[in-house]
Amino acid sequence: MSKMIYLDNAATTQVYPEVVDTMLPYFTEHYGNPSAIYSFAGEAEKAVAKARETIASAIGAKSDEIYFTGGGSESDNWALKATAEAYASKGKHIITTAIEHHAILHTAQWLEKQGFEVTYVGVDENGTVKLDELEAAIRPDTILISVMAANNEIGTIQPLKEIGAIARKHGVLFHTDAVQAFAHIPINVDDMNIDMLSASGHKIGGPKGIGVMYIRKGVKILSFIHGGAQERHRRAGTHNVPGIVGMGKATEIAVRDMEKNNEYETTLRDHLIERVLTEIPYSRLNGEREKRLPNNANFCFRFIEGESMLILLDQAGICASSGSACTSGSLDPSHVLLAIGLPHEIAHGSLRLTLSEKTTLEDIDYTVDTLKAIIERLRGMSPLYEDFVRKNGGK
Amino acid sequence: MYSEKVMDHFNNPRNVGEIENPSGVGTVGNAKCGDIMRMYLDIDDNGIIQEAKFKTFGCGAAVATSSMATELVKGKTIQEALQVTNKAVMEALDGLPPVKVHCSLLAEEAIHAALWDYAQKNNIEIEGLEPPVNDISEKEESPEESY
Repeated sequence: MSKMIYLDNAATTQVYPEVVDTMLPYFTEHYGNPSAIYSFAGEAEKAVAKARETIASAIGAKSDEIYFTGGGSESDNWALKATAEAYASKGKHIITTAIEHHAILHTAQWLEKQGFEVTYVGVDENGTVKLDELEAAIRPDTILISVMAANNEIGTIQPLKEIGAIARKHGVLFHTDAVQAFAHIPINVDDMNIDMLSASGHKIGGPKGIGVMYIRKGVKILSFIHGGAQERHRRAGTHNVPGIVGMGKATEIAVRDMEKNNEYETTLRDHLIERVLTEIPYSRLNGEREKRLPNNANFCFRFIEGESMLILLDQAGICASSGSACTSGSLDPSHVLLAIGLPHEIAHGSLRLTLSEKTTLEDIDYTVDTLKAIIERLRGMSPLYEDFVRKNGGK
Repeated sequence: MYSEKVMDHFNNPRNVGEIENPSGVGTVGNAKCGDIMRMYLDIDDNGIIQEAKFKTFGCGAAVATSSMATELVKGKTIQEALQVTNKAVMEALDGLPPVKVHCSLLAEEAIHAALWDYAQKNNIEIEGLEPPVNDISEKEESPEESY
């Protein structure tokens, strides 16, 4: 394998070298605990404050509305569980969607076991949440609407502003899982009426193990991790200073370069989509064609299964992912692909390619060329393809 | 996650293809779960399996177990082929990850389904062979509409 082509940036990203440089002094030099009194800890405290400020301004929030967590999943768990706890006296009904990340879905299912009711609103064939269904699901006892900003598998960007307006109109809190969208596409919590937002460091060129939750002032959710006065008593645990500094720096870079990177990635992505759909028969694009993350392409190829495709791509030096059952550890393919109405057998043949600003046109062309050969090879040994060809009287 | 043998059989699958006018053919699994195996057998007048071919829709383990199963039954008598269990296929592949054990079951089932078809065609009874439980060859699923 001469070269690696990394097309799984929705899974995680390479940390920017500048981010690493910014983080390093906080391991060995400014290692003080930012909660300490002595002046030595001041550097760490200042760095945490600066990162908080950068992250707040990236979404139009105030610094003291940003809470550092251990990552996107923790933020999602916190948002749902703590809202349920704090607002249970008002009602026990939560609305979310069928295509959320498991950090939301499994938490919602856990809450159902605790006596809460959850409505999972459906999406259209492009993965856009059905707004009329969402609004119709609101009841007097609804305490929270949680809808992701952009889908991690198929890249569809949700109409956050419209959802926020609906939530506000009915006086229901609105949380968004923005793990895939934060610092990738513009988000403004005031403009979109967002009350809570989850984000993660490692999806934006920052380190793993650090995330944030934005909580609008006035939202009365309590602590989720108990044991200390950090984060205004709302999230205990010694600050992960290098992680916080790294996420702050990554946010700064990602926001600074957002427009340029998005333009570049959109061009590459569209070239990829165009080539795949025209050159590979029986393929389809999953997700909204226009309102999708600039770096996301998700396809289904009929008659073949995703894991086989991933192994062969890996052998050609290409890192990608799939929503097939075999990659999820269950018998069912991706819940997102099923929610947009795909039958199981097609959902098994899905492939997600997620680009970065480092992806080149050559990478994309090599990937498509490789993919064509792989798909032809797998179809050659597929009984489903054999049946299809037979039924349709030859190729 | 896969053994070298599994990777070898996935990368260089033995006996991929079809047999024209096979003595027996069986299809097991279903597309819903993500695995379908079809096995073709050519059995001579002495009841020896002369040739075995397969086509498989599925993951790396599904392809590898199909490939190994065809290798294991080739040259065997029908009774010997019935002894090619999922365990035998797994052992020959130096093991499978726990979540992939069902692939080896499918391989065993594919052999049985092909032998069952052979028995039906020739109006014979094969001792110890049960009707295949997983045969979906009759079930026509047409997902074309969604395109």
